[in-house]
Amino acid sequence: MKRFLSALVIFLITTISTNSFAYNTDPKLFVEELVDDAIKTLSNKSISKADKNKKIEEIALANVDIDALGMYTLGDVRKTLDENNLKKYKTLFEKYFLKSLTSRLTDYSSQKFEVLSADQKSDNYNIVSSRIVESASQPEIKIDWRIYTKDPSKPLIRDLIVEGLSLAKTQKEEFASILNSNNNDINILFSKLEEFINN
Amino acid sequence: MNFKNLGILITAGTLLFNTNLSAETEKECFEKLSRGIFEFNQVVDKAVLKPIAKGYSKLPEPIKNGTGNFTSNLATLLTVPNHLLQGQWRSAGESTASFLINSTIGILGFANPAEKLGLKNQQEDVGQTLGAYGVGGGCYFVLPILGPTTIRDTVGMVADTLVDPFAQITLREKEILSISGSKIDYFSVMGASAVDFRADNIKNLESLEKNSLDMYAAIKSLYLQNRAKKISNTFTSDDDEWNEFNK
Repeated sequence: MKRFLSALVIFLITTISTNSFAYNTDPKLFVEELVDDAIKTLSNKSISKADKNKKIEEIALANVDIDALGMYTLGDVRKTLDENNLKKYKTLFEKYFLKSLTSRLTDYSSQKFEVLSADQKSDNYNIVSSRIVESASQPEIKIDWRIYTKDPSKPLIRDLIVEGLSLAKTQKEEFASILNSNNNDINILFSKLEEFINN
Repeated sequence: MNFKNLGILITAGTLLFNTNLSAETEKECFEKLSRGIFEFNQVVDKAVLKPIAKGYSKLPEPIKNGTGNFTSNLATLLTVPNHLLQGQWRSAGESTASFLINSTIGILGFANPAEKLGLKNQQEDVGQTLGAYGVGGGCYFVLPILGPTTIRDTVGMVADTLVDPFAQITLREKEILSISGSKIDYFSVMGASAVDFRADNIKNLESLEKNSLDMYAAIKSLYLQNRAKKISNTFTSDDDEWNEFNK
């Protein structure tokens, strides 16, 4: 009986944690539900800031293609890195990305968000158009979401394009600038990422 | 406005900086100096522009909207000839109609009834026209106070004052259709436009600064992406860049 109860608890925890971030697989609804969930989390006054950040991170880990984003952002340097450095980069990038994402989402969480349309570019990609509605402090912001749909049952976010400007590309060029200024020394990029994560 | 001068400028620009349009430059003219100027601009921004923009953003909505409408209506005077130079006849017509409606019914441009009529007013400048003719950026650098630019866009900025009737009347103090102005008018409008833009982007720039590992490189990337988008007048999300990561 005790074993059965333990199994039941494990099953329930697994099921809940798997399903809590399983959004609709239609790209437009996927973005709508995901953002709605993120905004509700950030504006929920009954949970602590740490718990809010934790939930946002869980949503991101389940729905953003962080691995591909990290490799894209690293640029051609990824081809020359040894396995250990690549592993270290992936770990640091994930931490950096999650902290940066939580910070950005918190900045914009009080604003109204609308999903407008979805455009299937290929079997692999959908671009979902959305906007942050104009407010007293800010004009309307158009945001396009690059959704990777190779596995239609598991859409993943790869990039946000704000007013036509790709955040992934901007990030890639920031990293490239750091590497170029330091003879492509990956350790300098590692220390910059660590500095950001620990601050 | 002197189209002959502009023609010479565009031809010279094309010959000097002719490169592939799609290859928006990442090359730096003098990065070390540009980074120094960027730091200086950041200090000026924090000490002067940002506090003014913060104060401005607290003004009532009608005043802020009116200021934004007024400055962007005047910018239409630069947009129309650039649409014509790029052969965008429909856009030139829409911008002209927008300017006429907003300057009259819209009370000197403080209101924007043209937008409600569905007239688009997309801003164009000589830098964009040069880009549309295939002139590449040349190289990237940062100007004191004025911020990020490229050789092409700096040439364009100077040419703007030849093409723009408002700059002719104010900055160059020429009388057109019995309308005259002064340099103070020109710099007041440019200043108001800068404050309006800065106020619209307080949160965006704060968020960018907070999350950047290299703010200089982030601004450079955003500037070059924005110029490429404005030159092509479309946003094309490049799937090819990502294909390598398809699992």
